[in-house]
Amino acid sequence: AARGVGSAGPERGSRGGAAMDLFGDLRRMNKRQLYYQVLNFSMIVSSALMIWKGLIVVTGSESPIVVVLSGSMEPAFHRGDLLFLTNFHDDPIRAGEIVVFKVEGRDIPIVHRVIKVHEKGNGNIKFLTKGDNNEVDDRGLYKEGQNWLEKKDVVGRARGFLPYVGMVTIIMNDYPKFKYALLAVMGAYVLLKRES
Amino acid sequence: RKNVEDFTGPRERSDLGFVTFDITADILNGKNVWTCIHLQSIFDWNVKQLFLYLSAEYSTKNNALNQVVLWDKIMLRGDNPRLSLKDMKSKYFFFDDGNGLKGNRNITLTLSWNVVPNAGILPLVTGSGHVSVPFPDTYETTKSY
Repeated sequence: AARGVGSAGPERGSRGGAAMDLFGDLRRMNKRQLYYQVLNFSMIVSSALMIWKGLIVVTGSESPIVVVLSGSMEPAFHRGDLLFLTNFHDDPIRAGEIVVFKVEGRDIPIVHRVIKVHEKGNGNIKFLTKGDNNEVDDRGLYKEGQNWLEKKDVVGRARGFLPYVGMVTIIMNDYPKFKYALLAVMGAYVLLKRES
Repeated sequence: RKNVEDFTGPRERSDLGFVTFDITADILNGKNVWTCIHLQSIFDWNVKQLFLYLSAEYSTKNNALNQVVLWDKIMLRGDNPRLSLKDMKSKYFFFDDGNGLKGNRNITLTLSWNVVPNAGILPLVTGSGHVSVPFPDTYETTKSY
């Protein structure tokens, strides 16, 4: 930002110039401006959350966008790809579909394909999954003694996909310092951005 | 078809079916010869691969609907789009959940595929042809596989 001729403050060296400008800004901002900036920031965060919640409602899935974490579905999906899910109650589970499920007691969702389905007349479904890139089915991944998955284990069905985009989440998970740095930069930008 | 213990799953005896099949499919020109139906050309610029699978669908006393994938294949864009597989054994064990294969006259085999794009929607398409496979009323005792 251009400095006006009448700006207060001592002579600054060019290296510390930009940082000094920022702190100068911060000190000069009165309380009202600060509150305004905080409110602006909160609005952005709330809107993002609302969009996310809206997606959850529209798709019926508790996690409508997931990142592929393993290579068990290669060459279709690689680590870092993004998947878009739906989980409509009336959508039956059929062989060949790609489902994202959680094993009881574990947090990590798994993306694999349905290879066996047995459905009773009353709608009770049990099914078996396997990763395309795995030699064996997923029974080894299920809970001890569990041989089939049920509808309640399903987070959603993969309907669409974007490659690479999810890498950001993986990097942030593996390198938490990167996550904090990103948040700090975003926070600083939003708080100090001047509305002209 | 035999009645054996499925060691990979529940510890009860279930029917195990043995199926051999031929597949002739011409995916590039869209003529699925095996099913004798014309389809549109599938491999366009946004198709990364096709995940093909042969599934058997049938009803039993235990379950109103059963689907078991017998065989699958990944066909990447650029691979030979003509499939000509003769006398294939199923890649996966065809276990029923129970004893519903014996005497079951109406087992339908269909070929389906999952189109995996470079980016975008993931459609699941079923070929419109199908083959009916009846299972005999008795179990086999010899190792005929």
